[in-house]
Amino acid sequence: MATFKDFRNNIKPNWCPGCGDFSVQAAIQKACAANGLEPDELAVITGIGCSGRLSGYIKSYGFHSTHGRSLPVAQGVKMANDDLTVIASGGDGDGFAIGMGHTVHALKRNIDITYIVMDNQVYGLTKGQTSPSSGKGFVTKTTPEGSKENPIQPIRTALASGATFVAQSVSSDIKQLTAIIQQAMDHKGFSFINVFSPCVTYNKVNTYDWFKENLIPVEDIEDFDHTDAKNAMQNVMEYDGLLKGIIYHDQEAKSYQENIEGYLDQPLIKKEMTLENDTFDELMAEFR
Amino acid sequence: MNEQLSWKVGGQQGEGIESTGEIFSTTLNRMGYHLYSYRHFSSRIKGGHTNNNVRISTKEVRAVSDNINILVAFDQQTIDLNSHELVQDGIILADSKFSPEKDENLNVQLVSIPFTETAKALGSQLMKNMVAIGASARLMNLELQPFKDMIYTMFIRKGQEIVDANHEALIQGYQLMDDEMVRIKGDFEMLPSDSEPRLFLIGNDAISFGALNAGVRFMAAYPITPASEIMEYMINNLPKVGGTVIQTEDEIAAVTMAIGSNYAGARSFTSSAGPGLSLMMESIGLSGMTETPLVIVDTMRGGPSTGLPTKQEQSDLMQMIYGTHGDIPKIVLAPSDVEDAFYTTIEAFNLAEYYQVPVIMLSDLQMSLGKQSSAPFDVSRVEINRGKTITEDIEDQADEYFERYGDEEDGISHRPIPGIKGGIHHVTGVEHSPTGTPNESPENRQVQMDKRMRKLKDFTMEEPFKVQGNVDSDLLILSFLSVNGVAREAAERIDADVTTVNLKQIHPFPIDALRPYLDGAKEILVIEQNYSAQLQSVLKMNYPGHDRIRSHVKYDGTPFKPEEIETHINSILKIKEVM
Repeated sequence: MATFKDFRNNIKPNWCPGCGDFSVQAAIQKACAANGLEPDELAVITGIGCSGRLSGYIKSYGFHSTHGRSLPVAQGVKMANDDLTVIASGGDGDGFAIGMGHTVHALKRNIDITYIVMDNQVYGLTKGQTSPSSGKGFVTKTTPEGSKENPIQPIRTALASGATFVAQSVSSDIKQLTAIIQQAMDHKGFSFINVFSPCVTYNKVNTYDWFKENLIPVEDIEDFDHTDAKNAMQNVMEYDGLLKGIIYHDQEAKSYQENIEGYLDQPLIKKEMTLENDTFDELMAEFR
Repeated sequence: MNEQLSWKVGGQQGEGIESTGEIFSTTLNRMGYHLYSYRHFSSRIKGGHTNNNVRISTKEVRAVSDNINILVAFDQQTIDLNSHELVQDGIILADSKFSPEKDENLNVQLVSIPFTETAKALGSQLMKNMVAIGASARLMNLELQPFKDMIYTMFIRKGQEIVDANHEALIQGYQLMDDEMVRIKGDFEMLPSDSEPRLFLIGNDAISFGALNAGVRFMAAYPITPASEIMEYMINNLPKVGGTVIQTEDEIAAVTMAIGSNYAGARSFTSSAGPGLSLMMESIGLSGMTETPLVIVDTMRGGPSTGLPTKQEQSDLMQMIYGTHGDIPKIVLAPSDVEDAFYTTIEAFNLAEYYQVPVIMLSDLQMSLGKQSSAPFDVSRVEINRGKTITEDIEDQADEYFERYGDEEDGISHRPIPGIKGGIHHVTGVEHSPTGTPNESPENRQVQMDKRMRKLKDFTMEEPFKVQGNVDSDLLILSFLSVNGVAREAAERIDADVTTVNLKQIHPFPIDALRPYLDGAKEILVIEQNYSAQLQSVLKMNYPGHDRIRSHVKYDGTPFKPEEIETHINSILKIKEVM
């Protein structure tokens, strides 16, 4: 059985000291070990940005793709080989700006992968510009007078897009984050986890302390029911999205692959590539 | 009696024009005639003029005809827009419903037949197309039985009554025409066919069937004209072999999903047209940089922007050769005809996986959608070659990263697919070390760039082009895709040594293989369908310093006719004589 350490390699991340992404990486490694995975059974697919480097820091198969495209690549990987556990990951710019179209469609499509957004509400790698989840009034190089736009609300968007598993946490709570990732990987369908992962260099507003003060654990909310989408949405609206924990989990939903008859009999890569002669003849006869 | 005739049916889009052409031509194919068809349509669902032109021949035919012999008109607009294409004494078979009129300046015959009225009397005006087919069959003196068989196959699931009614419509159309025959000038009778069994299909179907045979089990695509038939074919047929298609949110998702699936070891592809390919450009670079096999079918249509979405053009060439930022090894292929599209598609998947590069499979609207006869495909020619792909556990690999980008002599590294033991590696679009770790050092950059580019340095496919004619010629004509057939037909009309070259390997340009033919030609003519003579530019770049390279372009959205090229060839050869 692989342990947490088996998912480590000797590559030193290029993140700033104190970056929230370190803990997200550790939580993923712990969750994988806890779920009994072997490194060669895992594929981590990332986009571009600080967080996109993650695929190179976890000992597993890894694909660092292009900006905003981790989700379609990850869905393609899973469709080809259902035996793999597939994690897609990236930042808020990756998932909610350039890749937002893919995010919404991955949510509605419900292919069985886990998507972890490391949301720091700022563009870090390009050295401090506003992001789609930056708060209104947030001052950056590209918003010197403060952001004039409303921030994207990831959890509301996920619920509205037909998500079957929605959770939110903060990188400083590794214990909760690990538990959430474990459940997300067990979920049969698309799992969306928004993780606040503070940028210690460019975001002086949404800091570790800020999240400690402002995030409300769902356990603390009376009558919170994560099996009820309406309940979840009402609470998300009431607390302006600042919740922590599993917000919605539809345990009955079938994944995209489960809805294709016979698709999961065998992973696609193990299916016969050569057509049988009878099939060839039958199909060619349709052109007569 | 005629060796070949050209028949055209026209009317309003959504009125069954398509199915009239379809039933008529499929039957003729089953009778053993060679066919080549051309659809004129617009970007709307209902309304607007549409027509379907079918060229019928007792010999191989790979081009639209210069003129038409028979025009079947379901509205006046069809007559107004098309009758000038009729040969002298050509015939219009028109529905009497709209009191057809012809242009008195044209020397053509007009026969008014109650298509709609007859169909209505038999129960449904939908059957007006059967009346028209019956009339056409009589005019061409074709047997009715094959048409009856065709109707039976098409309609028996709707019940014998429907079959009987359609048979009756066909027969009445035949008789109505029979009554007119005494007044008809000229000969519209077809010579008998050779009765050989042939396929009758669009290029998109040949490409799709090729993909299925190449072992493709997954496709991700976004609908677009004129590529959608490929995804539709795959949607209908992939489930039969355990595969599936995802209709994605856009072309970027389509191509990156195909990259993900190819990376994971399942042969996958996407298909699109110019606008979609423009969106895919960054991802083509991702495939090149990560050395992930990828096949994209580009069915070219009129550009730029939305351009002429339902019209013929070949203007994506430069973008397909050079597109994506930075340098990557890439292969661009162009099947020489519909039959070849089947085999070239299989080859495209083998090359993509063997060289671990993106392969663009070009088609153009006329090849993609023009239905034509083809010899049956030969299953014994289907071969799958996965190159250095590793699909089994690597037992003796130490517990460290696999050298996915090892600096091999041929530039092609071993490619373990994710999930196998001992194959763990990283893949990134960032410049990387042999194990796939981002690495921007100048030394590593040089080694990895050289390694990637070396893969295709001396690449020539088995048949980089198809030649008809001699090494030494009065004129060499270079063309690709659907223009090939027209060029060939024009060449055959000329009394001189004309060699035609159908270029299949567009990029890397197969200059070494082509050079003897170029050197041996007194004149060279490049024929293509775009404004800026893109193929001619590519030739000049690879074969510089020759002022004998001439160009013939067309960019009005319609396919070339043999006559246009014939005229040009004559003018070139005449100039030579004078000089």
